[in-house]
Amino acid sequence: MNSLKYIVFVIIFSGLVTSVMAQQVKKAKAGTFILKSGTVHTITKGSFSGDVIIREGLIVEVGQELPIPEEAIVVECSGKHIYPGFIDGGTKLGLNEIDAVSVTNDYRENGSFNPHMKALSAINPNAVAIPVTRVNGVTTVFSKPEGSMFPGTGALIDLFGYSPDYMSTGSEGLIMRFPSSGKRGRWDRRSDEDIRKDFDKALKAVNEAIESAMQYSRMDSLAESQGELWVRNNAPLDALLPVVRGEAPLFIEVNKKEDIVGALQWSKKYQITPVLMGVAEGWRVVDSLVKYNVPVITGPVIALPGRNHDRYDVAYKNAGIMAHAGVKVALRTDDGANTRNLPFHAGFAVAYGMSMEDALKSVTINSAEIFGVADKYGSIEKGKVANIFVTNGDPFETKTKIERLFIRGWDIPLESRQTLLYDEFLERNPR
Amino acid sequence: MFIFFTGKVPLLSQDVVIKNGTVLTVTKGTWPETDIWIEAGKIKALGQGLKVPENIKVIDATGKYVMPGIIDAHSHIALDVVNEMASPVTAEVSVGDALNPFDISIYRALAGGVTASHAMHGSANAIGGQCETIKHRYGTHNPDELRMVGAPRTIKFALGENPIRVHGEGKKIVPNTRMGVEQVFRESFNEARVYMRQWDDYRQKKTAVPPSYNLRLETLADILKGEIIIHCHSYRADEILMLMNVLRDFGVNKVCFQHVNEGFKIAPELAEFGATASVFADWWAYKFEVYYSTAYNAAILTRNGVVTSINSDSGDYIRHLYHQAGKSQRYGDLTDDEALALITINPAIQLGIEKRVGSIEVGKDADIAIFSGHPLSIYTIPQMTLVDGIVRFDKDSDEDDMRIDVDLQEEYSQYVEQQNNDHESEGCLYGVTEWLLQTDYAQFMRFKFMKNHQH
Repeated sequence: MNSLKYIVFVIIFSGLVTSVMAQQVKKAKAGTFILKSGTVHTITKGSFSGDVIIREGLIVEVGQELPIPEEAIVVECSGKHIYPGFIDGGTKLGLNEIDAVSVTNDYRENGSFNPHMKALSAINPNAVAIPVTRVNGVTTVFSKPEGSMFPGTGALIDLFGYSPDYMSTGSEGLIMRFPSSGKRGRWDRRSDEDIRKDFDKALKAVNEAIESAMQYSRMDSLAESQGELWVRNNAPLDALLPVVRGEAPLFIEVNKKEDIVGALQWSKKYQITPVLMGVAEGWRVVDSLVKYNVPVITGPVIALPGRNHDRYDVAYKNAGIMAHAGVKVALRTDDGANTRNLPFHAGFAVAYGMSMEDALKSVTINSAEIFGVADKYGSIEKGKVANIFVTNGDPFETKTKIERLFIRGWDIPLESRQTLLYDEFLERNPR
Repeated sequence: MFIFFTGKVPLLSQDVVIKNGTVLTVTKGTWPETDIWIEAGKIKALGQGLKVPENIKVIDATGKYVMPGIIDAHSHIALDVVNEMASPVTAEVSVGDALNPFDISIYRALAGGVTASHAMHGSANAIGGQCETIKHRYGTHNPDELRMVGAPRTIKFALGENPIRVHGEGKKIVPNTRMGVEQVFRESFNEARVYMRQWDDYRQKKTAVPPSYNLRLETLADILKGEIIIHCHSYRADEILMLMNVLRDFGVNKVCFQHVNEGFKIAPELAEFGATASVFADWWAYKFEVYYSTAYNAAILTRNGVVTSINSDSGDYIRHLYHQAGKSQRYGDLTDDEALALITINPAIQLGIEKRVGSIEVGKDADIAIFSGHPLSIYTIPQMTLVDGIVRFDKDSDEDDMRIDVDLQEEYSQYVEQQNNDHESEGCLYGVTEWLLQTDYAQFMRFKFMKNHQH
């Protein structure tokens, strides 16, 4: 009798717990998994029908008819497709919660010389948009500060974890916004001459910043070689050191045709290794991009043309034109809450001329290479981080469903607040 | 100096047959290898291997998909101005007085298969201005030719943060809360009732002097008489229920809730009232009142019997509503016809124009979009768009520059970058953000903000 009471109690109590917890996403599960008999899209080594074994966060085997490890959970994938997690090359995810509520946004610091502002310090692992994003197969994003000149240092993070340090892939990127010679908006009533003056002034400020960093670098090196007492005490210049020493690329946000060329020449002048971001008018200066052999992170693809006289579809075509010319292209949404749409941006790029192969690379291995983590990310290969999703079809197609998701080898439930609201309200009770 | 450009757009109606396409009628199923015969801007016949006059213009749609022209129930394109924000009630104004046929957005919408849109007043006021249902007859220089003559009158209402920010916070008047928003409606409708009564009394010779004519009250009276469809900017479940209560009290039943991000929470109430819903496919989190959103909204509303559409509220999104509709299949498994209805017959119902457009049926206007593949596929490309049987967009003869009114000074604008990422600035609050920044209020708020944060 007592035990029956106990059982009843347990049932009621567990029911209570479930309903109280209903607003939280279920826990991820660890373990050894074998994804069995799916079409494995490795990205770097072709596609084939086979298996993938995940253990301790890593991809430990990729092949055909692999023996099933004793402890492994079998995930039947016949008829399904297995892809490496998609990487978004530029977002605000984790740094913003609600656009119009300024106190929930941490991507724009005051001032314009902020290379030392670190996105990783402000990433909120519990941002509601993170589960919303990853259930669409986007497992990794570059979250970046925004603003003028040097807005800060972005962080490449995996979309699972309870601390920024855990989520970090170890890759960060210093961002610069190249001065724009375009209009700021429809309300921008500056004369052409004023725009030029402002541009020159902004460029001068950037040059001074870089030259200061170079000087600082020389002092730092000299002090070290002479064994002199020297304490690095300038946080912004410290942050610029790897860039001016050629040890890390500079991620330069630039969009207008003339400015893209300007940014390339500027980088050469200061012997800085650039990665261009945005590059909305890359299609207009694709020869320069090829000549300078510069990688680009472009997007959003689903976007308006930058000039009213442009064809309606230039933004759709831009990524494909650059990739076709041989530029290494990665995609970004440049979004926050709707970073989940990255696969659709890639799909539009394909519809408007990018090859399927280039498009897949642009959201996987190309991004991994640009962020210097291609040894760990961007493809399904033995030894890489187990960021993987399984679909019932083409990953860019709108109606395709993501059926399984692994990040760092964790089996992630396909839940977000948006799916929970669906579950609760589809058939409301009481009506 | 202006250069007028009309491209290859023929300006006269022409009889035409669209041959051998897969025809997605939306209301009557999908017809393979079917011809559509268009005469004088209307669909004359529909069928396989139609016998048509010899000299008729032929559009070969073999291997292509033909669907009704897409309709956007919420847009601000083709307008010179969107918000008259001088008062919380501006029923007397009409965006129809500010139509701009030169707006390149009209052409871009055509290039996304969109043939008609609801050019709306903004959401700055609880009772905003009257809207205009337009057809995308791009190429005309005459604003009047954009109007869809005969379409029912519509008016913009707005709940929540926008009227509160503009009037309550901005001007220190009512409404500064959702309580205040309710009373703006009740007060306005009461005033209109009194006004109607005064006219009735005068007409029945109970009074000798007529009341003074008041266009604002005339418009409100027309709403009470059921002659105007309300399209109400709204987000939260509570405020939507509030407006339905108000409308019930005043005997008004023609209402379409716009955006209605929390519509999914009260789908049974919306269905019972007979209210319709025009939603975003997946926009959320751009302000607090859309934080508890779900991309499954359209599916939940549809499954609960609410006539639902997907709108753009954007010069960008209007170009790929077919893709936005497709998202209802990822988020909620709508069928092809249900998903297509979200951007065709359902918005037509919401605008009261469903007898003329929104499906491919004999007798309806020949507003038609031709796609390379199924329009719900990410890989489809709009090929050709006809409005009243006239080809207004043809991918194969799309020039580099399709503007009618050419600005030779135009430069690349960072504004587009902002626009691509900042939804509200280009939609309902068009013009308002600028205004808020220009006012003393903005400076006051900045000062207050700094002060608060020093402690």
